[in-house]
Amino acid sequence: AGDGSGPAPGDGTDPPAPQRGLFPPTFSASEIKNKQRRHFMFLRWKQQQRKEKLALKKKRKKEREALGDKAPPKAIPKTIENQRVYDETTVDPNDEEVAFDEATDEFAPYFNRQTVPKILITTSDRPRGRTVRFCEQLATVIPNSHVYYRRGLALKRIIPQCIARDFTDLIVINEDRKIPNGLVLSHLPDGPTAHFRMSSVRLRKEIKRKGKEPTEHVPEVILNNFTTRLGHSIGRMFAALFPHDPQFIGRQVATFHNQRDYIFFRFHRYIFKSEKKVGIQELGPRFTLKLRSLQKGTFDSKFGEYEWIHKRREMDTNRRKFHL
Amino acid sequence: TKTQNFCRNEYNLTGLCNRSSCPLANSQYATVREEKGRCYLYMKTIERAAFPRRLWERVLLSKNYEKALEEIDENLIYWPRFIRHKCKQRFTKITQYLIRIRKLTLKRQRKLVPLRRKLERRENRREEKALIAAQLDNAIEKELLERLKQDTYGDIYNFPIHAFDKALQQQDAESESESDAEREEEEDDDDDEDVDKREFVEAEDSELSDFEDMDKLETSSEEEQEEEEEVEKKPSHSKSKGKTPLKGPARRKRPYIEIEYEEETEPNTKTKAA
Repeated sequence: AGDGSGPAPGDGTDPPAPQRGLFPPTFSASEIKNKQRRHFMFLRWKQQQRKEKLALKKKRKKEREALGDKAPPKAIPKTIENQRVYDETTVDPNDEEVAFDEATDEFAPYFNRQTVPKILITTSDRPRGRTVRFCEQLATVIPNSHVYYRRGLALKRIIPQCIARDFTDLIVINEDRKIPNGLVLSHLPDGPTAHFRMSSVRLRKEIKRKGKEPTEHVPEVILNNFTTRLGHSIGRMFAALFPHDPQFIGRQVATFHNQRDYIFFRFHRYIFKSEKKVGIQELGPRFTLKLRSLQKGTFDSKFGEYEWIHKRREMDTNRRKFHL
Repeated sequence: TKTQNFCRNEYNLTGLCNRSSCPLANSQYATVREEKGRCYLYMKTIERAAFPRRLWERVLLSKNYEKALEEIDENLIYWPRFIRHKCKQRFTKITQYLIRIRKLTLKRQRKLVPLRRKLERRENRREEKALIAAQLDNAIEKELLERLKQDTYGDIYNFPIHAFDKALQQQDAESESESDAEREEEEDDDDDEDVDKREFVEAEDSELSDFEDMDKLETSSEEEQEEEEEVEKKPSHSKSKGKTPLKGPARRKRPYIEIEYEEETEPNTKTKAA
C-alpha cells in the first residue's frame, strides 16, 4: 500500500512499531479500504504524532532553560475571558458619570440607608413541591423576606398592595413542570424589573457536604464580575435585596458571581483558619441565573419599557461577546 | 363496559355513532350548533332530501336561555321526543361552555412560549463551561481574604502577625501622604467599590498604624462583641435547635492577647469600620 511504516498488521498480535517509523507526508490512513488495517494504521499514526509533539515540547523547554533570563515570557493561553470582545459600556472605576447616575437612580435610597429591604417572595400559580421548598429556603437565605402564595392573583394588583405595605422588592419564581425555571426580580417603588431564566436549582438536601441551616444573621454579599453598565445595575439590584450592614458574627456570605453572562448564586459559611487561609462550607440553595430582560418600571409585560432584552439571533452568535 | 364509537359527521347530535343519532341514517333530524358565539338550530326533513344544498335549514336561537329553549320546542313541535330532548341538552352544554370561555378570557391567561431544543442545549452547555471557568470556590476565598486584608472585619479576627506586618508597611506609606487626600479618595472609592465590596463604608481607612490606639479599639470592640455574643447566645439556646455550629468552640479557643508595641507614630484620624 505504499506506506513505509513497517510490517503489515493483521497477524493476530500487533507487530512492534518501528522505532523510527516515519510516515511519508502523503500518507493518509483514510485511503486504506480494510477497516481493521485502517484502524491500526490510524492508531500508529496518532501515536507518532503524540511522540513528535512531546519531543517538540521537550526541545522548547530545553531552549527556554538554556536562555535563562533572556527567554521570552511564557505565552498566556487564550481563554474566552481573555478574548472577550471589548464592551463599550464597561464601567471604569473612576467614572464620574456612572457614579453620578448611581447616586440618583432608584437604588439611591437603599445605598443612602434610607430604606431597609423587605422582600416578598412568591411563585406562579399552583406551585409544586420543589418550588415551594425552594421558596422557603430562599426565604431563610435572604433576611427580612416573606413568602406568600399566589392563588390566582394578578401581579399588577399585588404590586400596589405591596407598595402600600412597605415592601421594597418582589421576587416571583416561575415554575414549569414541577421545577422552578424563571425568576422575576422587581424593585418595588417603581424600580426596574429583571427577568431571569433560572437553571440548576439545588435545594439544601441535594448539596453534598453541606453545613447546618443558615442562621438569622445578615450575610455579607459578594458581587463578582459585574463590569458593564448593565451588569452594574443588575449588581445593585441584587445588593439591594440584603440589608446594608452584615453581621460578621454570622460568617455567612451570599455570592453572586457573573461568568460569561451566567450569574451563579451560592451561599456559604466561612471561617478564617489563618490570615492566608479561609475555609468555606456551602449551605443554602444554589442556582444560576441568566438575564433575559430588564424593564424600567415595575412588572408590566405589555406596556413596559424595556431597557434590555436578550435577542437570541443577535446576541448568541458571537461566543466572545458578553453583556453583563 | 360497552365502548361506543364517535361519529365524525359535524351535524351529529350526540357525538356517538348510533343508528338513532346518525344524521345520515335518519331522514328527519335536527342539531344545535354554534358559530362565533351564536347558536343555531339545524333541521333536516325528508321533503328536502332531493336538494342537498337546501337540506339543512337553520334557525338562529335567541341569546336568552329560556327563550331559546322555547324556540327549540316550537320549531321541533311534533318531532320525536329523542331528538327534541337531545337538542335541548346539547344547547345547554354549548351555552355553558360559551359562558366559561367568556369568563376565562377576562382572567389572566398563561402564555406558552415554546422551548427550542437546540437553544436549550446550547445554553446548558455554555452554563457548564462557565461554571468550570468561574472556579467559584477560589473566587470566593480570594474575595474573603481580600476583605480580611482590608480590615472590613475590624478587629474580630486576631491575626496579630499579619496586622503587624501590614501596619509596618502602611506606616512607611503614610509618612508621605496627607490625610486630606485620603478623605477625598474615600468618597470616590465608596461608590465604586460598593459593587464588589458591599457591606462596609470606610474600611479603606481603618489602618492599624497606632498600636496604642489599637489596643483601646480592641478592648472597646471586644466588650461590644462580648455583649453581643451573650445576647445572641441566649436566644440561640432558647431555640430548640441551638445552632451555633462553628462559632461556639472557635470563640472560646481564641485567647485575647494584648499587644503593646511602643512606637512613635503620628496619630492619624481613625474611622472605625461600620
